[in-house]
Amino acid sequence: MNTTPIHDPKAPAGTPPRSTLLFFDPLLLLATLGLAACSLIVLKGATRDDIPGQPDYFVTRQGVYFGVGLILLTILWRIDYSRLRELRYGIYGLLMTSILAVLALGVTAKGAQRAIQLPFFSFQASELGKVLLVVTLAAVVVERSRNIGQRETTALVMLLALVPAFFVIAQPDLGSGLVYIVIALAVLFVAGASWRHFAGLFALAAVAVTLVLVGAPAAGVQVLKPYQVDRLTAFLNPTDNPQKQGYQQLQSKIAIGAGQKTGRGERNATQTKGNFLPEHHTDFIFAVVGERFGFVGAALVLSLYALLIWRALRILTVAKNLFGALVAGGVVGMLLFQVFVNVGMTLGIMPITGIPLPLMSYGGSSVLTTLLALGLLQSIYAQGRAASAHKSFGPRL
Amino acid sequence: MALRVAVLGGIALVLFAVVFFRLWYLEVLSGDQYVVQANENQVREVRIQAPRGDIVDRYGRPIVRNRMANTVQIELARLPAPGAPRRRVYRRLGEVLQMSPREIQRTVVEQRKALPYANVTVKQDVSLSAMNYIKERQPRFPGVTVEPVFLRRYPYGHLAAQMLGYVGRITRKELKEERFKGVHPQAVVGQAGLEWQYDRYLRGRDGATLLSINSLGQSRGFLRRREPVPGRNLKLSLDLGLQQAGQIALARAGHGNPGGFVALDPRNGQVLALGSVPSFNPTVFAKPLLQSTYRALTSQSTGAPLFNRAIAGAYPTGSTFKPITALAGLSSGVITPFTVINDAGCLTVGLTRFCSPGNVGHGAVALSRAIQVSSDVFFYTVGRDLDPIKGQPLQHWARKLGLGRKTGIDVPEEARGNVPDRAWRARLGRAELRCRRAKHVPTCGISDMRAWSTGDNVNLSIGQGDLLASPLQMAVAYSTIANGGKVLRPHLGLEVDDSEGRLIQEIDPPPSRRVKIPPAYRDAIMQGLHAAASAPGGTSADVFAGWPQAHLPVFGKTGTAQRPNQPDQSWYVCYVPNRTRPIVLAVTIERGGFGASAAAPAARLILSKWFGVKAKFIAGKSRTQ
Repeated sequence: MNTTPIHDPKAPAGTPPRSTLLFFDPLLLLATLGLAACSLIVLKGATRDDIPGQPDYFVTRQGVYFGVGLILLTILWRIDYSRLRELRYGIYGLLMTSILAVLALGVTAKGAQRAIQLPFFSFQASELGKVLLVVTLAAVVVERSRNIGQRETTALVMLLALVPAFFVIAQPDLGSGLVYIVIALAVLFVAGASWRHFAGLFALAAVAVTLVLVGAPAAGVQVLKPYQVDRLTAFLNPTDNPQKQGYQQLQSKIAIGAGQKTGRGERNATQTKGNFLPEHHTDFIFAVVGERFGFVGAALVLSLYALLIWRALRILTVAKNLFGALVAGGVVGMLLFQVFVNVGMTLGIMPITGIPLPLMSYGGSSVLTTLLALGLLQSIYAQGRAASAHKSFGPRL
Repeated sequence: MALRVAVLGGIALVLFAVVFFRLWYLEVLSGDQYVVQANENQVREVRIQAPRGDIVDRYGRPIVRNRMANTVQIELARLPAPGAPRRRVYRRLGEVLQMSPREIQRTVVEQRKALPYANVTVKQDVSLSAMNYIKERQPRFPGVTVEPVFLRRYPYGHLAAQMLGYVGRITRKELKEERFKGVHPQAVVGQAGLEWQYDRYLRGRDGATLLSINSLGQSRGFLRRREPVPGRNLKLSLDLGLQQAGQIALARAGHGNPGGFVALDPRNGQVLALGSVPSFNPTVFAKPLLQSTYRALTSQSTGAPLFNRAIAGAYPTGSTFKPITALAGLSSGVITPFTVINDAGCLTVGLTRFCSPGNVGHGAVALSRAIQVSSDVFFYTVGRDLDPIKGQPLQHWARKLGLGRKTGIDVPEEARGNVPDRAWRARLGRAELRCRRAKHVPTCGISDMRAWSTGDNVNLSIGQGDLLASPLQMAVAYSTIANGGKVLRPHLGLEVDDSEGRLIQEIDPPPSRRVKIPPAYRDAIMQGLHAAASAPGGTSADVFAGWPQAHLPVFGKTGTAQRPNQPDQSWYVCYVPNRTRPIVLAVTIERGGFGASAAAPAARLILSKWFGVKAKFIAGKSRTQ
């Protein structure tokens, strides 16, 4: 039974037209490569002294991740993403298995069990889980697209996201858990779930947050680790506690502010060089951009992200089927949330949640996941253009 | 779906707008402020100690200088965590410095309590070999540094020790004081004496090496150096030779009894010598002071060497007070220079008989003769007659000449002394009553509740009773009579010079006030003082036998002060006029006996030194008060 509602009955199923090979979104690719280049340039300067004797340690690795990621992106672009729908149970199974495997045999990094140590690479299942979840949720919604207005559909989608989110938060990786929830919301939103459902979800979320932060500690149950609560609340008043939780954020603000309009250059970037800025190659990489290149550089990076989001939204509208639109919607939600929360964190307007900046932050799992998501977007674009190419010709952005 | 996409796009637009605005606010609008913070973050100042100024005598001979000493310090931030690793460092350090680890631990805890952020000085003046040992094995001594530090050096040892005072690490309390504004929290400042008084000039300004550091406080490189500014030198009016003669003379005449002396220039208040015996070597203050050393410096059994008797000792003055009584009697009209009073040995006032020692009378005496032979009955009579006069002229004159109040000398901890009068007795009585009521005891020992009586004034007239004055106050009082009415403000500081000895600032405080002394009165008193030191029958005439009175006339008065529960205190105050080097000298020796037997011979030795006369020690025979 074919449940894809938007489908060209005349196109031979399973075999894409030859012209697909030529269709790709050049602006999306530009933003992708631009951010990858920015990442390498910033990492090169920021991590020069981090490991004595190996000035290029992080840059080389990040370069390899980008190389592998771009190959994966190309593969995804060339295949028809619609086939992934059929694999939804397998994908969800993979998601849950990897997350549980991390809990069972993962390595501990900075007090959290987030990764499985592979021979070359410590694999962060929660990162890859983001893109797996997007595909699964989109497939499930497509399946129930006729019942999208029903409460059960919303509940099912939320449940499918909340289960892995719960285990990820238990690792503990609060940031990724929140990303899962945002992905579910984004997919539901694009699918057209009732506004009343969203209102209900927000009410539930408010009650849950109150319970977790206030109710549970009062009853003697610690859902979040104390440091998580501290980090979440420290941004409200960073100078209160400059030596502990507020410290990172304060140093990040100092770094960005000291960059002024055009930046302090590599030599004078004392916040980064003197290691005052913590995690300057991962979570706080945007602060490095701000210090070294100033407002000009930071604005350029933000513009590239804006371009990325704009193209993703555009691809959402040219998708050949609902599945494609939903996947694109999930990716938009995932990227937008991560960029905003990470940049907001370095600017001191968002709490510290440990969310990496997509494509910029050092880290293989994050880079590969983001490039996979962008590969899906390119595939959706190519398929959508190919489908409409039967009706009309000429480039369309 | 188009609506939903538009909403999603709208949300993205709003979020990007927020982020852009915030970025603009941080980097462009408040960037300056963050640049300052980033620089504060990464710059550390390492203090370079400025050498403290020298203290030199009036001819430029150094009394206090600096020397470099290697000091072992502990920087707490770089010390290993408390527990076994820290104890290991203490143990290794203890072996090198010959200290027990427990001792080091205690030093660290104590100094840290006093100054939480400063480095802890474990040991000063360590040997070269210990320094090299630590420096060559620096990784085995994390947090331990050996640095050269300026310490105070005293080439003349015991000389003038009390007035110099000492230096020490600034305390937390002092850091908040106005006079130490802008001083580095680890700086060494004057803590007592002249070092404290003239600290502003002596201390100089510390320099610094500015280093760039990382978040762990490790150095990332040198930024720049701010040169230290050496402290100014302080030139004193002191004459080291005279000072030395004074301390030796007191030790010789006093036979080990404590005493003090002051030599002033009666024209301008310059202190030529000022000392107290027993003395001590101020080097003990250059290193952390031991409790036992401090006790030895202050205990009664050792004569409290730290106590500066010349300015902080307050005693009854005995007969050296008589010229003041004479001045009060003359100016209030009780006597004239020619009033003759019959000294029969005793005087009865009310129910009490006041007698001279041995009840020996001097017969009919006028003022000059009364001073010359130190007739008690003459001055008893004046004291008795002054008492009923309104305003208590005796006390009034004592105060006018500088007793009972601080002279304003430039050394801290000067004694105020006491000039007893009717109001003072009444005050004591009220304090006693208050105390008795508060504590519910029959007596507090503050006062015997006796009202002021004429007898009190009679006692005061010969410097007895409740009078308390320091040698410095007596020297100022005699200077005032000698110079015709200028009440001097004595001072030790003469000049502030730069490190090459060039004059920066002269110290010449004006007289505190002027007193009108009619020349006729002054002449009568001076005639008596001179006769006392030179004419037959004068109380100190035999002490000055052979002294060249013709060109160096001595105007001096002995004093023998009776003190409760101890032997008499010997006093001598004198004036020698001279065109170029006039001098007023006050000497007192506790438990020294008669004025003529201890203080006056010491004074002769000091004067010999000052005028280059052959020194001769003659203990006088006079048994007068």
